[in-house]
Amino acid sequence: MNGNSMDDTNSDKPVGKAVKPGHEAFMVADNVNVWYGDNHAIQDVSIEIQKNQVLALIGPSGCGKSTFLRCLNRMNDSIEIAKVTGLITLDGQDINSRDLDPVALRARVGMVFQKANPFPKSIYDNVAYGPRIHGLAANRAELDEIVYTSLERAGLLQEVKDRLNNPGTGLSGGQQQRLCIARTIAVNPEVILMDEPCSALDPIATARVEDLIDELSENYAIVIVTHSMQQAARMSQRTAYFHMGKLIEIDDTDKVFTNPQHKLTEDYITGRFG
Amino acid sequence: MMNSNLGQTTRHRVEASLKRRYAKERRFKAAGIAATFTGLAFLAIFFVNLVSQGTSAFQQTMISLEINFDRTALAPDGDVDPNADYEAVVRDSLRSLFPDVTDRRERRQLSSLLSVSASYDVKDMLAADPTLLGSTQTVWLSASANVDMVIKGNINRDVPQDLRTVSDLQLLWIDELLAAGRLEKKFNTALFTNGDSREPELAGIRGALMGTFYMLLVTIALAFPLGVAAAIYLEEFAPRNRWSDLIEVNINNLAAVPSIVFGLLGLAVFINWMSLPRSAPLVGGLVLSLLTLPVIIIASRAAIQAVPPSIKEAAFGLGASRMQVVFHHVLPLAMPGMLTGAIIGMARSLGETAPLLMIGMVAFIVDVPGSVTDPATALPVQIYLWADSPERAFAERTSAAIIVLLAFLLLMNLAAVLMRKRFEKRW
Repeated sequence: MNGNSMDDTNSDKPVGKAVKPGHEAFMVADNVNVWYGDNHAIQDVSIEIQKNQVLALIGPSGCGKSTFLRCLNRMNDSIEIAKVTGLITLDGQDINSRDLDPVALRARVGMVFQKANPFPKSIYDNVAYGPRIHGLAANRAELDEIVYTSLERAGLLQEVKDRLNNPGTGLSGGQQQRLCIARTIAVNPEVILMDEPCSALDPIATARVEDLIDELSENYAIVIVTHSMQQAARMSQRTAYFHMGKLIEIDDTDKVFTNPQHKLTEDYITGRFG
Repeated sequence: MMNSNLGQTTRHRVEASLKRRYAKERRFKAAGIAATFTGLAFLAIFFVNLVSQGTSAFQQTMISLEINFDRTALAPDGDVDPNADYEAVVRDSLRSLFPDVTDRRERRQLSSLLSVSASYDVKDMLAADPTLLGSTQTVWLSASANVDMVIKGNINRDVPQDLRTVSDLQLLWIDELLAAGRLEKKFNTALFTNGDSREPELAGIRGALMGTFYMLLVTIALAFPLGVAAAIYLEEFAPRNRWSDLIEVNINNLAAVPSIVFGLLGLAVFINWMSLPRSAPLVGGLVLSLLTLPVIIIASRAAIQAVPPSIKEAAFGLGASRMQVVFHHVLPLAMPGMLTGAIIGMARSLGETAPLLMIGMVAFIVDVPGSVTDPATALPVQIYLWADSPERAFAERTSAAIIVLLAFLLLMNLAAVLMRKRFEKRW
């Protein structure tokens, strides 16, 4: 890293277009800062998340992309030393305001985690859990309907329809991750956050999950954190590059990967560090 | 060139040090094995000693007598008279075996071969089955503790008469009865059906067992819900600050407080201030729950901490409230650990003696308690009481009671292991 790029890192404005024209900004983060105790983990990040699109967050380890993701459904609330400032709005509503309950927010902004974490319950109960706690189904038939469509949309129904009562933890890694996705979409959220959903999967399972994410982007706004640049390039419409807690560049994915505007972005995607 | 030299030295040094490293490992292993076997050896000595002393108490010497259920003596009005002289009936039967014993003092010695309970046993027998009236039956009646000790070889016949509790004459009669097949060791049911007694052959652990049972009932009913609730609150809801640190330190300290202090606290608070009955399993249970509470809280907190955070995050991520996360996910996964902690806490309470001395459960109580407020004693206290008794026959009963206590401890620990295996979920 040379002196120049350090200076660039400290410049305030990220390069690129924050918004893709013709798409509605659905979730807006404005000047978000996160501190973990004294550690300034996220510095002045402003991003717009749009409907029916996949936004990829890339960057070297520890750059704050996962931290930022967790701000979007207030998962940082449970970390006592974490402090979040700045405005994040969902459909115009401040998600950190006192009026908005984090429980209600998380029903609208679902999350898929890095490591597949099915509950130690049956496959059916895993998918039905969200609808049950939120009272989304009036009766058993409706619940069945939600579970089946969710598994279908997660591309898992054919594989598990004969053993819905088997434990979800007995599935293979890739199936478990698709089960977690089915569990998330069963609540019918508006935004889905994904934190490196494929990092623990083999290439075939990864391909299946990527296809699934591609299909899901027709209906949901998706934000995905990934370490794989190929994955970001394949799946996302827009890409944001984070470096040391700062948003360096955000633009159409094609543009970021073919013609990065910032030296740091170029270094990262060409594999010079990271 | 340089590199290959370096490689040579590394190889030599590693090879030279290998021997030392393996020797170190062998010494460590030998020390570990020695420690394990020393522990096991002491355990074996303890068990062998206990079993060799205690097993004889599970048998009691009985004398077989021809009892004549005489109508005129026992049912003068046609109905069985509970106040009839049953003692005379039993006495006469024994005397008829030794017709040449006529001296009054000798006759009294002869009668003392039988337990004082013999006449009551005959009375109970007749009350249970009035059709026996008018018949003569061969009945096995409990012999006195002295006879029992002679049969079990615990009384030395070679010392002069003055130095033993059995006279030469009595020894003679015992040998005669033995030769006639009228003396036999049978299973000691009194040990399990009777309460405490001054007569060793009548003393049983039933009262102590029931006392312990009621006490543990009170303890588990109080300590488990309170302990689990406290653990859940401290782990999942309480903010981390100076106060929660203080509480944590105090709970850990409470677990290390000597148990007799809890007994004094129970005496002051439950008996003197709240006027609860003395010697009652209720108070014992209250004191033992205070004693067990920190153990259960600590075990439950550890069980909650062992629940994978990823499961909690998944539930939070779906929009579950804190309460839902706790009751749907944390509690079911932590329950085996909590139950194990509770059973280990209970096992500890089972063996507690000191605090019970403070609240009067050390009293001599003959009746078997029927509720948590009846006066009672507990198994470890019964052991303490018997160990203090001078009679030779109480020594083996002490060991027998210890064997029963250990059997219960073993059962409870086994239950803990099985429960853990049964409910443990893998993820």
